[in-house]
Amino acid sequence: MNMSNPMIESTEIPEINYESVKRKQRIRTFAKGMLFLLPSLLLFGVFLFYPLFKTLYLSFFLTNARGETTVFVGLQNYLGMFASPIFHQSMKSTFLFVLYTVPTTIIIALFLAVLANEKLKGIGFFRTIFTSTMGISVAAASVFWLYLFHPSIGFINGILEMIGMESIGWLTDPKWALIAVAVTTIWMNLGFTFLVLLGGLQSIDSYLYESADIDGASYFYKLRRITIPMLSPTLFFVITVTIINAFQTFGQIDILTQGGPQNTTNLIVYSIYREAFTNYQFGTASAQAIVLFVIILIMTIIQFKLGERKVHYQ
Amino acid sequence: MGYIELMDISKSYNKQSDVLNGIDLQIEKGEFFVLVGPSGSGKSTLLRMIAGLEDISGGTLKINGNIVNHLPPKDRNLSMVFQNYALYPHLTVEQNILFGLNAKKIDKATQKKRLLETAEMMGLSDLLKRKPRELSGGQRQRVALARAVVSDAPLCLMDEPLSNLDAKLRANMRIEIRRLQKKLGLTMIYVTHDQVEAMTMGDRIMVLNDGIIQQVGEPIALYNKPSNLFVATFIGSPKMNLGKAKLKESNLVIEDVFTIPFNHEQILAKFQNRQLVVGIRAEHIPHGAEKDGVQTVEIVNVEQLGNETLISFEVGSKLWTAKWLGQWLVGVGDRVPVQISVENMCFFDEDTGNLIQAATSSLKREVVAI
Ligand SMILES: Nc1ncnc2c1ncn2[C@@H]1O[C@H](COP(=O)(O)OP(=O)(O)OP(=O)(O)O)[C@@H](O)[C@H]1O
Ligand SMILES: [Mg+2]
Repeated sequence: MNMSNPMIESTEIPEINYESVKRKQRIRTFAKGMLFLLPSLLLFGVFLFYPLFKTLYLSFFLTNARGETTVFVGLQNYLGMFASPIFHQSMKSTFLFVLYTVPTTIIIALFLAVLANEKLKGIGFFRTIFTSTMGISVAAASVFWLYLFHPSIGFINGILEMIGMESIGWLTDPKWALIAVAVTTIWMNLGFTFLVLLGGLQSIDSYLYESADIDGASYFYKLRRITIPMLSPTLFFVITVTIINAFQTFGQIDILTQGGPQNTTNLIVYSIYREAFTNYQFGTASAQAIVLFVIILIMTIIQFKLGERKVHYQ
Repeated sequence: MGYIELMDISKSYNKQSDVLNGIDLQIEKGEFFVLVGPSGSGKSTLLRMIAGLEDISGGTLKINGNIVNHLPPKDRNLSMVFQNYALYPHLTVEQNILFGLNAKKIDKATQKKRLLETAEMMGLSDLLKRKPRELSGGQRQRVALARAVVSDAPLCLMDEPLSNLDAKLRANMRIEIRRLQKKLGLTMIYVTHDQVEAMTMGDRIMVLNDGIIQQVGEPIALYNKPSNLFVATFIGSPKMNLGKAKLKESNLVIEDVFTIPFNHEQILAKFQNRQLVVGIRAEHIPHGAEKDGVQTVEIVNVEQLGNETLISFEVGSKLWTAKWLGQWLVGVGDRVPVQISVENMCFFDEDTGNLIQAATSSLKREVVAI
């Protein structure tokens, strides 16, 4: 492409087939892009897509105790599941659990983050404390709460007795078990949620607040008109992650209640685990797993659709 | 008594050394006051202290006769335009402009009225529904100005509002801001590090360096009678040519290169036995005719600006620039005569850097102007 000889170039122009050149370039860039994607595609393929399809496949079969398929039953696993009162209970508990944990976690974390974002003396100490639950494993946290909830020597019942109330069987009373597990979960998730929200708050330009100060905006006016809208991408991320986490809760159930009492804390993932590894019903377990997958998928799609309208990306 | 009074204001961050020191200043109502200085000199700090965004470490600040040291920004009745405009990215232009009125709970009808007036004045009427990211730099700038205007505050502070714009737009906005200020009768405190902006916009200018006031005055006064070497080099473009000088008998010897007869008996006494620095503006070094003080110099650089020609030459270790009107067809290496006359020179003390004697020719011109 040099301009040194315009005569020759002008006669040559009609002979170049732009379309085919462009197509070749497109194929080239596509191949290059694929090359870059290959490592993650491989990882996703082995650890995500293959298990997903395997699960889907299993959900149409009965299996033996080793998980090998025996009889093709079509949709029978699904029909049986939807008819089962235990599954209904499990779904109800799961949705209640999400309802208890997600809004509470986010509101408390947001409150703490707004506090910790103030420029006060010694605020670093509080930031560390608020974040600290992030560094505690599910198992350690669960054991810790197991003792707090202990019916006779537990700290919480100790307090209740001290103020003259009856002690509660936190993990054995069907009325309270789900709430107790929810409290544990909120406490465990708080660190991460707090940290992400604090990061979001700190990335808001301080000029915006100074400008609002000069305009005479009150604290809550600034919170409502600046902080929350500017934080909305972060909030959106945190809500999505917390919901998915809540649906997938397993560790604390296994340690605190094993799904009891009367299946009130038998959340869906725990139910899948029991179906597969206690009852050796890999077929029904897979069917439940697929249902969980679909629920999370739908929730996420709804969120993104709503989010698009409400979230202000910079 | 001025509209804004700063009395011995000082500022230190975290109790460390002072960023600002002994600032004494009065700004009149309706004045366009420019704060200028190099980066890090404390201009923004001073402006933010007046706005109430930064604590005042020492001294007294009065606005309209009242001490306001302790008042939060909203009670100082002022508006501010930030360098990066500080527009709310999630709000439309209209919501941005009305943000402050909304916060102050002003009724909707008044809001509407002021919005329309302001948008009309700033030429934003067609853009009210857009988000800031859908605007050009100049339009964003105008929204920021509109926010200040709509608040109806009598005092407006601006911190380098034009530094993000390109040269041409900047020249336009300079005029626009200046016109707006006159039209609304605002008192304006305007921070810039650009001395051209300072010269062209300010009723008065304050030059700040290292947190200390160097000089306060009208643009022409600063240009003609810079009170020290810092102001002399900071104000004016190209900057003032400086050279060390000494009196030898009745000759002035500059940088051991130029020897110029010196016969101003009345000021001779001031200069005896002192190390001097002389300063002379580029436009005061014309092409030499056959008069006193003609020196021949070798050109090291030529800049053709179309209507004038900048010629650089070496004087000892210093590079001097002369500005000649019109187009001169001279080249690098040519030897040309230049005229350097004593009445165009400012004299500074080399040790303190302070002005001893301003150019006598500028004194004469002032008389003519009156
Ligand atoms: N929050 C702060 N904490 C500590 N030092 C600060 C703070 N803000 C500014 N300074 C210091 O104060 C001095 C003056 O800063 P200032 O922002 O007022 O400069 P400026 O004149 O506005 O410069 P520029 O033209 O670059 O904006 C600088 O030395 C800076 O390092
Ligand atoms: Mg600044």
